[in-house]
Amino acid sequence: MNRRDFLKGATSLSVGASVLPLFKILPASAASQETAVVVIGGTINSLDIHRSGTNRDSYQVAINCYDRLVSFGTKQMPDGSLSYDYSNVQPELAESWEISDDGTVMTFKIDKNATFWDGRPVTAQDVKWSLDRAVSLGGFPTVQMKAGRLESPDQFEVVDDSTFRITLPFPSKLALPDLATPIPIIINSEVARANATDDDPWATEYLHRNPAGSGAYKIARWDAGQQLVYERNENWVGGEIPGYQRVIVREVPAQSTRRALIERGSVSVSHNIPNKDAKELASKPGVKVVSTPIENCIYSLCTNVEFEPFKDKRVRQAVAWSIPYQRIFEQAAYEQGVPMWGGTDTVEQAVWPQKSPYNLNIEKARALMAEAGYEDGFEVPLSINLSNADWAEPAALLIQQGLADIGIKTTIEKIPGANWRTVALVEKKLPLHLENFGGWLNTPDYYFFWAYIKGNLFNSYNYDNPEMARLVDETLDMAMDHPDYTPNVKRMIELAFDEIPRIPLWQPTLNVAFKESVEGYEYWFHRQMDIRALKPA
Amino acid sequence: MPPMLDKLRKVGLRLLQAVPTVFGILVVCFVLTRALPGDPAAYFAGDMADEESIEAVRENLGLDKSLPLQFVTYVKDLFQGDLGTALSTGQPVMTELASRLPASLELTLGALVLSFMIAVPLGVLAATRPNTWVDHVCRFLVTAGVSLPTFFTGLALMYVFYYLLGWAPPPMGRLDMMFLPPEPVTGFLTIDAIIAGEWEILGAALAQLALPIITLALFTLAPIARMTRAAMLQTLGSDFVRTARAAGLSGRRVLITYAFRNALLPVVTTLGMVFSFVLGANVLVEKVFAWPGIGSFAVEALVVSDYAAVQGFVLSMALLFVALNLLIDVLYTLIDPRVGEES
Repeated sequence: MNRRDFLKGATSLSVGASVLPLFKILPASAASQETAVVVIGGTINSLDIHRSGTNRDSYQVAINCYDRLVSFGTKQMPDGSLSYDYSNVQPELAESWEISDDGTVMTFKIDKNATFWDGRPVTAQDVKWSLDRAVSLGGFPTVQMKAGRLESPDQFEVVDDSTFRITLPFPSKLALPDLATPIPIIINSEVARANATDDDPWATEYLHRNPAGSGAYKIARWDAGQQLVYERNENWVGGEIPGYQRVIVREVPAQSTRRALIERGSVSVSHNIPNKDAKELASKPGVKVVSTPIENCIYSLCTNVEFEPFKDKRVRQAVAWSIPYQRIFEQAAYEQGVPMWGGTDTVEQAVWPQKSPYNLNIEKARALMAEAGYEDGFEVPLSINLSNADWAEPAALLIQQGLADIGIKTTIEKIPGANWRTVALVEKKLPLHLENFGGWLNTPDYYFFWAYIKGNLFNSYNYDNPEMARLVDETLDMAMDHPDYTPNVKRMIELAFDEIPRIPLWQPTLNVAFKESVEGYEYWFHRQMDIRALKPA
Repeated sequence: MPPMLDKLRKVGLRLLQAVPTVFGILVVCFVLTRALPGDPAAYFAGDMADEESIEAVRENLGLDKSLPLQFVTYVKDLFQGDLGTALSTGQPVMTELASRLPASLELTLGALVLSFMIAVPLGVLAATRPNTWVDHVCRFLVTAGVSLPTFFTGLALMYVFYYLLGWAPPPMGRLDMMFLPPEPVTGFLTIDAIIAGEWEILGAALAQLALPIITLALFTLAPIARMTRAAMLQTLGSDFVRTARAAGLSGRRVLITYAFRNALLPVVTTLGMVFSFVLGANVLVEKVFAWPGIGSFAVEALVVSDYAAVQGFVLSMALLFVALNLLIDVLYTLIDPRVGEES
């Protein structure tokens, strides 16, 4: 029996495929109104986002299969595409919430209609168990929770079955948005506890393979290394019922194969395609490409201030004046993205990212080098992460040429992805390198916290400035309508541009290709496919 | 001693001889994976993890212990059939190997069978008509096949037969999405489909296999065809063939029974070698056709210093080769009458 016969049979018996469980033969096809096929280049290695070792591609399970207390609303981008809206926090499992006047106590009312997949209502006990888990397991979940000032189980309190309270050590604008990230998912604690062991009190082994949530999709099938099949949860209350009954995520490692698949129309969505393909596919009939600038993310060239010549601010500025930005944007970004150079001399707005005042100006660069006593230049290795080779390699080659013009000789050093973190981010010993940090929480001060404070992970260039540290410390938890907020952020940006340890090149985009018949896609800061919003045209 | 028992004893001895080899491989592989740069604990704790959680992961992986101690633990687990967990895919290494090895073998063996069926007649034909146009065509074909990198052949075939003509199914793994795999018995989809009597699924699996198998077969034509030709030329020029011809045996009988059977020996040896490098060439083909095989698994694991996965892969390969060599030795005794008589 093939798909066609199956569908024919189904119609003649007037039984919708939707009521059938996974069958001997999946009634799946890219052409179907009920099934969407998404291809990704990575691999899903766990169904539990809290487990250590869970990779980025697996975050989509937390998004599609679990609910959080809150989520973000939707906004329309200038090009007509849709994006999540950081400034608009919306209910997901919580039907309402209150924040005390001093901003430290958040009380959530859980939607009484919300049930887990097994039919049991979602209670405040489940919420507590889940958030306790996120702050206790260590690793990425704990770090992300900490960003929202959620650090200890003592902060989470069950008031009654449907009321849950979070107490913050001090008010913070990051707390509520942090609850909408993929990390603080609400897990069916009874199912999880029934499968926990003494060695594994948080049931990481069980939830690794068996999600237990209340989200819009359940997992019908997971063939590790091949595919993940989502099946819609008809009783979902966290939002509008999704448009597709079934979504198949297939792992196709070769980029050229993924491109052939979407061009031929064999699949509905090809997620995260390279800039080159985004540019070329946009003009093909039957395929549409949505490119959204990634919020709070800049591809940058970083100059390590512990490297002797880069200790001098003027040398760093000289580097910033010697980069062929436009050519890099054309040849490495294929013009997908937002230029981050050639801005005004003064910082007018407290928005981030914004254009730096630098541009290609060899005269100026040479003058600065001479002033700093480096008219003869110096030698320095330029390091790139092999996992980012698609943009970093062409960019590095052009930077190499630009720097050669002011006497800086560079050799390009390619570092495998597995070593990158240790060498670049932890040991922070790469003198000159390309970096791509982007923050999940979309406020400028959050970016500056990770990238401009001594010792923090994405400050891979050892930048240290007491004024910056003070400003970030003051501003990080400050409400955005506080009178000091805008001046503080502007000052941070001024400092970052003047001292320029991190030279912005461009703001990248997340590119997703769709078959004409798929609608509803929404960009999210986590850069994973939120399949809940997709619907057939 | 009855001859059958004697043969079994020989096979047993051969297997025993493999034990030190396999142990040696275990040690070398263990040391080499540890010598790789990179810190799996830091990698798997994730980008944002702090020192504390990296340490926790390290402890969890047992990487905080001394190397000899790690090795002892590893061997101990191995004897209990536990190969550890592949961090990069989140599955036990054993499960991964059990599902991926058949996928790769199905591809490799399919390619070898196809290649053998084309290359041997081609080689024989070329040997019986040396330096004629048949010989030149054969030479051209095999040279072209081996000179093109497999990922290129794969992409080119996909471009023509899937993208342009639409004859081949979407290159998305072992089975089209509209089919569910049959009950796993052997792990070979085609065989499992036959066992389950699912002819539609057999067809679908064969359709997915077609392009990758042709890609790999093109790549392996050369050594088999060239070796067949050379071996045939040699046997055709040898004394016993001349004697057979002089005795008035038919050309066909001389060619097949006398010349070809003797020429098969080096061809079978070559086949063993070809098998090993096809498994290597598999990696790229697996990537292009999204084939969930062992090659792509091993490469990914190596890139992220996933020790357990790499060790499991090397061990399974070592065992596979021991088995393969044994099989070839047994084949010898079947093909070559002398091997049997000497004993």
